[in-house]
Amino acid sequence: MNKTDVLIIGAGPTGLFCAHQLGIIGLSCEIVDNLDKAGGQCIELYPDKPIYDIPAVPECTGEELTNNLLKQIKPFNIKFHLNERVEELKKNQNRWHVKTSGGVEFDVAAIVIAGGVGSFEPRKFSVKECEKFEGGSLFYSIKDKSIFKDKTISIFGGGDSALDWAIELSNVSTVNLIHRRDGFSGVESSVQKVKELNDQGKLNLFTKYQMDSLSGDKQIESVKIKHDEGEIKEIKSDYVLGFFGLIMQLGPILDWGLNINKKTVEVNTKNFETNVSGIFAIGDICSYPGKLKLILSGFHEGALAARGCFKYAKPDEKLRFEFTTTSKAAQERLGIKK
Amino acid sequence: MAKITYHTHDNKTHKIDVQKGLTVMEGAIQNDIPGIDADCGGGMACATCHVYVKEEWLDKLPAKEDGEEDMLDMAFEPKNNSRLSCQLIVSDELDGLEVNIPSKQG
Repeated sequence: MNKTDVLIIGAGPTGLFCAHQLGIIGLSCEIVDNLDKAGGQCIELYPDKPIYDIPAVPECTGEELTNNLLKQIKPFNIKFHLNERVEELKKNQNRWHVKTSGGVEFDVAAIVIAGGVGSFEPRKFSVKECEKFEGGSLFYSIKDKSIFKDKTISIFGGGDSALDWAIELSNVSTVNLIHRRDGFSGVESSVQKVKELNDQGKLNLFTKYQMDSLSGDKQIESVKIKHDEGEIKEIKSDYVLGFFGLIMQLGPILDWGLNINKKTVEVNTKNFETNVSGIFAIGDICSYPGKLKLILSGFHEGALAARGCFKYAKPDEKLRFEFTTTSKAAQERLGIKK
Repeated sequence: MAKITYHTHDNKTHKIDVQKGLTVMEGAIQNDIPGIDADCGGGMACATCHVYVKEEWLDKLPAKEDGEEDMLDMAFEPKNNSRLSCQLIVSDELDGLEVNIPSKQG
């Protein structure tokens, strides 16, 4: 059981800055995120794209922003629980008992949901029978690549994941790469490599095709793909891989008794608390009149929510407003030596 | 104002006057038309405002930027007439546009 003052759900910029604000006022926190790294949408959707509207930072990429925020919270030694999704919340007297998908448990005074538009889940095939094979012979991510050795693999998608795996697996497997158009969104060097391998007969590239259907009993035996113009091809396949990026799903948050409106959680603008006392929501996931989905708004919301958490974490103490420029306590917490 | 027609997956037709300058996505969101999620808020960073444009309108729309085609790879059941509605800015030229909203966005 991890005992801490506040649990932050979501390691995007908003969650990270909220952790900083909690640290400054002397509260401890831990952060859970469904992805394998911190940064949220900034890292997952646009790591290399410049952002121009962070106050006092004329230009930075999603990755730079994330790294700077991580640097800013370093003094607080915050514990991250990555690859974990919060599944269950239970009120336990004045505290919350929280459980994640991986069985990690927390005992906390308050919860800050900074979950963006929900947790990232792989986008799936729309063909119905895919569900039946998922996890057995159809995958959206690869955990153990050794199972593909000497097998026939059909990979769908045109981004970096699809291209990288097609290239790598072509060394040990028969690979079919199927994509809906001639253009690819992956990096040019990988696109060239795939085309080369196709010319050399080391990989079979099918463009302007999409999945039509799958057949097989317990395991996939073949996949039918359909061309833009209607022609259908059947290709033998032991495994099917789909790489269509990630989609955001609210998931278990829907079951926590919060007021949800169009995939967002309603909050007050005084301290960004939800209708459930002790649960706050900040960043893209919260809504209130005038809400702007900007990172800078998330920072503001995090600063106020952190102060809102104080009365739950330290009910007998009074929080005094202080500036980091002059507060000895804040500077000590930041580890600043004078 | 320009008239935009949204055909939703439940076979309903919504004819909406959308203010010029807004996007086709915003027109749907502001009028509570179901089926457009627009998770990223119009930043071409997701594909959850995906619509199918009525064929006769395809050539009349502004061309796609590279990023839009890349994102459409991620859309649910993309077709040749797929567009991201956040990239379609309503103007006089778009008056009368008809789009179909897919059965789901992900």
